[in-house]
Amino acid sequence: MFLGQTLLDTLTPPVQGERVLRQTWFIGWKSMLVIALTGTFTGMVVALQGFPTLRRVGSEALLGPMVSLSLIRELGPVLTALMVTGRAGSAIAAEIGIMRTTEQIDALELMGLNPLRYVVVPNVLASILALPVLTVVFDVIGIFGGYLVGVRLLGLSGGTYFGEMSNYVELKDIWGGIYKALTFGLLIGWVCCYKGYHSRFGAEGVSAATTQAVVNASVLILVCDYFVTTVVY
Amino acid sequence: MIRVENLWKSFGNQEVLQGVSFEVQAGEFVALIGSSGGGKSLLLKLLVGLLKPDRGRIWVAGKDVAALSRRELELLRSRIGFVFQGGALFDSMTVYDNVAFPLREKTSLGEKEIYRKVMRELELVGLRDAARKYPAQLSGGMLKRVALARTLVRDPEIVLFDEPTTGLDPVVSRAVLDLFGAVHQRLKLTGILVSHEIPRIFEIVQKVAMLHEGRIVAVEPPDRLCASPEPVVQEFVNGKSAGNNCHLEGVAGLI
Repeated sequence: MFLGQTLLDTLTPPVQGERVLRQTWFIGWKSMLVIALTGTFTGMVVALQGFPTLRRVGSEALLGPMVSLSLIRELGPVLTALMVTGRAGSAIAAEIGIMRTTEQIDALELMGLNPLRYVVVPNVLASILALPVLTVVFDVIGIFGGYLVGVRLLGLSGGTYFGEMSNYVELKDIWGGIYKALTFGLLIGWVCCYKGYHSRFGAEGVSAATTQAVVNASVLILVCDYFVTTVVY
Repeated sequence: MIRVENLWKSFGNQEVLQGVSFEVQAGEFVALIGSSGGGKSLLLKLLVGLLKPDRGRIWVAGKDVAALSRRELELLRSRIGFVFQGGALFDSMTVYDNVAFPLREKTSLGEKEIYRKVMRELELVGLRDAARKYPAQLSGGMLKRVALARTLVRDPEIVLFDEPTTGLDPVVSRAVLDLFGAVHQRLKLTGILVSHEIPRIFEIVQKVAMLHEGRIVAVEPPDRLCASPEPVVQEFVNGKSAGNNCHLEGVAGLI
């Protein structure tokens, strides 16, 4: 019901454009560093683990496709979503929880304003907008991380790394990752806002809401990942 | 202006309100007193439709609150101001933006007119110089005054005050209550003030309603309440250990 009302408020004007932009900056731009770091090291470790495995079967030339497809189809969207849940989702749940406990949400309602439209919709929209962009950043930086390990450290040629990648990666792989990111964006916005909005009163209530938001969103991301993968690929 | 009839509200097994009935006339300022956790704040939230009663009826400005549609409730709420216990100011906005917020969102006024109205209200509560500060930079007393300014900027007909002096020192608490009293005198608002500040609140209200064990046990002008023979009222208002709290001689002219 909460999700339905939120989506309805999202699709009906007026949209709180300024708030959406502010939250997109908060969820998107402020997550950039953590996404860049995790993307780099994820790409590096995939290359480091993948190279000896591929060498056993004499296919080390396929390191580029392996790193890129792992990141684009799976690791990019999922790890980005998990990192955003931890960094921004927890903050969203806590902020809305504090607004609930300090009666700011009641104040909005008593001013004749719809709290969902002011507090929840901007976060959900921002989350949906930010996740695909962050996922693409994660993928690109991750592929570069794989290049550092595969080419610079382990001696594979750069031409092979990128050449094979362009042979194997298809448009539907990229679109599949974007669909996943959009789904996870909606999920993070919905779960974290819901938990904060229905937070119990007091510090303990806000703390519990924040924990539940992160745990529930993380588990749901992994569960949804299976079903979205089934549908998209 | 406000009429409550046989109002019941429970949470789980706990019956908080057990048949509350009382009335507030237009222009009247009524204090609602009673022990902590007795349902006073709950009663205010029922009056504005933030919660639904289990049984009973509430009429505010001639409207049956429980029977209103969302749109009608919104319209009714635009006539009511609510000063929350903690102020409920928006942390992310300055004092100016907090007070301007309801005007920007609910009226078609231009920024120039909004500025004029906001500064007028901030002047009224003595916080013109704090316009650019954030709520976190304000003291408890200042927060309550900004909350009052944000409430008054919408020109409400009814104002409900939910323990607005909680957590304030006696001097600031006195100043805040005096401000509420002065605002009521000037604007002739209908108001309900939930407070434990006895006898200070007796100086600014026309009537006092006492909530005890889920019911209103007395609705009297302050001087008559002090003289009430009811043991419950005597115990609460004149608390045995604290001596007589009803020092009303000096304020008799106000009542």
